[in-house]
Amino acid sequence: MQALVIAAHGSHLNPDASDPTYAHADTIRETGAFDEVREAFWKEEPHFREVIRTLESDEVFVVPLFISEGYFTEQVIPRELRLDDWDPDKWESDGTSASQATLEAEDVGKTIHYCGPVGTHDAMTDVIVQRAETATGDPDVGEGFGLSVVGHGTDRNENSAKAIEYHSDRIAERDRFDEVKALFMDEEPEVDDVTDYFESDDIVVVPLFIADGYHTQEDIPEDMGLTEDYRLGWDVPAAVDGHRVWYTGAVGTEDLMADVVLERAADAGADIGDAREAVRELAASAAESEPHAGAGAGD
Amino acid sequence: MTVATADLDDLLERASAGVSVDGLRVEEADDGYRLATPDDEWTGLDEDELRRALDAADEYVTNWRYWQERVGGEGTARRAFLRWCERAPLADAETGNATTGPWSESGEGDADAGEDPLAVPERYDALRDGIDREWGQLSITARFVDVDDPDGERVYDLWHVDDADTDLADLEVYDDPRDARELATYDGGGRYRPLKTAPTLPGGWAFTGLSGGDLVETVEFFYPATVANWHRELRGNLDVDHWLETAERQTGIYDVIDELPREAVAWMAEACCVDSQCLRRREWEYEEGDDLDVDGGDGPFPCREPCSLVVAAARKWTTLESEEEHTYELELTTSEINQLTELIDAVAEGRTDEIREADVYDGANRYRARYLRAKRFDDEGDLEATKVDD
Repeated sequence: MQALVIAAHGSHLNPDASDPTYAHADTIRETGAFDEVREAFWKEEPHFREVIRTLESDEVFVVPLFISEGYFTEQVIPRELRLDDWDPDKWESDGTSASQATLEAEDVGKTIHYCGPVGTHDAMTDVIVQRAETATGDPDVGEGFGLSVVGHGTDRNENSAKAIEYHSDRIAERDRFDEVKALFMDEEPEVDDVTDYFESDDIVVVPLFIADGYHTQEDIPEDMGLTEDYRLGWDVPAAVDGHRVWYTGAVGTEDLMADVVLERAADAGADIGDAREAVRELAASAAESEPHAGAGAGD
Repeated sequence: MTVATADLDDLLERASAGVSVDGLRVEEADDGYRLATPDDEWTGLDEDELRRALDAADEYVTNWRYWQERVGGEGTARRAFLRWCERAPLADAETGNATTGPWSESGEGDADAGEDPLAVPERYDALRDGIDREWGQLSITARFVDVDDPDGERVYDLWHVDDADTDLADLEVYDDPRDARELATYDGGGRYRPLKTAPTLPGGWAFTGLSGGDLVETVEFFYPATVANWHRELRGNLDVDHWLETAERQTGIYDVIDELPREAVAWMAEACCVDSQCLRRREWEYEEGDDLDVDGGDGPFPCREPCSLVVAAARKWTTLESEEEHTYELELTTSEINQLTELIDAVAEGRTDEIREADVYDGANRYRARYLRAKRFDDEGDLEATKVDD
């Protein structure tokens, strides 16, 4: 038997923080690729500390629903899962290239494949592009458009910015959008000045965050000048300094994220059959049927 | 009733390896089959004789089929929990391994551990009416699918303990375990419940006709990891992490919590970890051999380490406890100082919503609090008090 654990942050204060985790877990449950699928959290239950013991499977794939390699993925999750032999070097990562490490969970004697975070997987690039498609309602969006991938910034470690830049570079290489730029909340180049960095009239702004919350629904919309007050909501697109800014919510809420989770587990050796195809079809049909799925908080 | 031929075929197939469930034993020996139930024993049976004998012991056979073929999972928490649901003997509990909680020897006489398990005939009688169990605020009923002609197949119903006497027609009925997630997210007042085991689960819903697997999944969405930890306790291997171990493990913004004074840890446990606030039974102490002098609660499922809410709150208390104490001078009447006590008590007991609008006899009444503020606060909005120890 094989099990999938999606490890996310969760919240003591905001009931919506875990919604994307549940949604992606449910999508994967529907595929039947794993005998067991569990959500696990730092701030909700089941806690990282107690999730593995709820499983009957001997082989467990743990995929962190985090954006970058850093404090949570390198320290907190492995420690709380009791992966005693864990060392960040086992990922042999340059900051964005972690794939997986195979370890033993001390309290249960199970094999744990501890995967890199979803945020740095190559498939995440596709999710960002899909986000641009759903934000604009145009499956061919690109020509005449600039795309900005927005991240938190340094926070506790440099890898946070690396993940944002990694995907920006990959999207730029595709020559699909006229311009691509990585922007940050608390370091240069800052998202506040988004229109300074683009010549294109239309700019799609995709925040590389796992869940919607304070940053994506309050800070960033106000900082970019989409709205005076986040509680009033904002238009998609919103007119800012002669540009049209297409801003929706956290990329982590995109249906296609379930595919990234699956890929992480498959890279670590999980047998997922044709689950990826099923998830991709599901995500594509969802994207077509609700083009403005992520419209602003006030809409 | 007679036992389905397919079940008999399956049982015979397993007989060579030996069958032993709930008092039913079937073995294949050189001189033929041996069949035993708690009441009878037959030896030297040929296949036809065994089939006839098994047909007479139909309850044991259908019980075997349910537990071995349907539920399976020997040694798992899921199986143990489902057996607990119908008061079946718990193989793990009989070994007397448990060192803590209701399964330990010192816990004998406890409502759960002391309740005698039911043998197959008594259980079959009880399952026709349904066997009720309580798990936190969940009421679980195990019953036969077919009450008139039971074939051993069980299903489970689940609702809030407060809805035990509510007509099913008045409850919102669900059948997907995942629906429990949403039900467990908000309390009756629509507020977010960050602690799943807080005694604030609202009622008004029911899950009916769940399979055993779906029941456990549903219970685990309401109260995550409680079944696994209960099972560990039952087997005597609950791995309790006491306060100090948990605190010292923390890093980042929680790195400081191991500095929380011991007496503050006890106040914290009294504030957060009692039955009125959390249904888990606290098994962690200050450290091994150094118990906190606070009641840990009576719940069926154990709390094996301080949860994330306690850790987060401990950070705040660590900061607050690092402050020095001072002596203040302030003027209050006797009734006013009593009113402060009433105010703190009302908030601590969560009863501010219950205080009637015009009940000015209650010190925590809103008008009474506003009056005290008008009288005793200065222009900055602070209580008028003078520090006298500088």
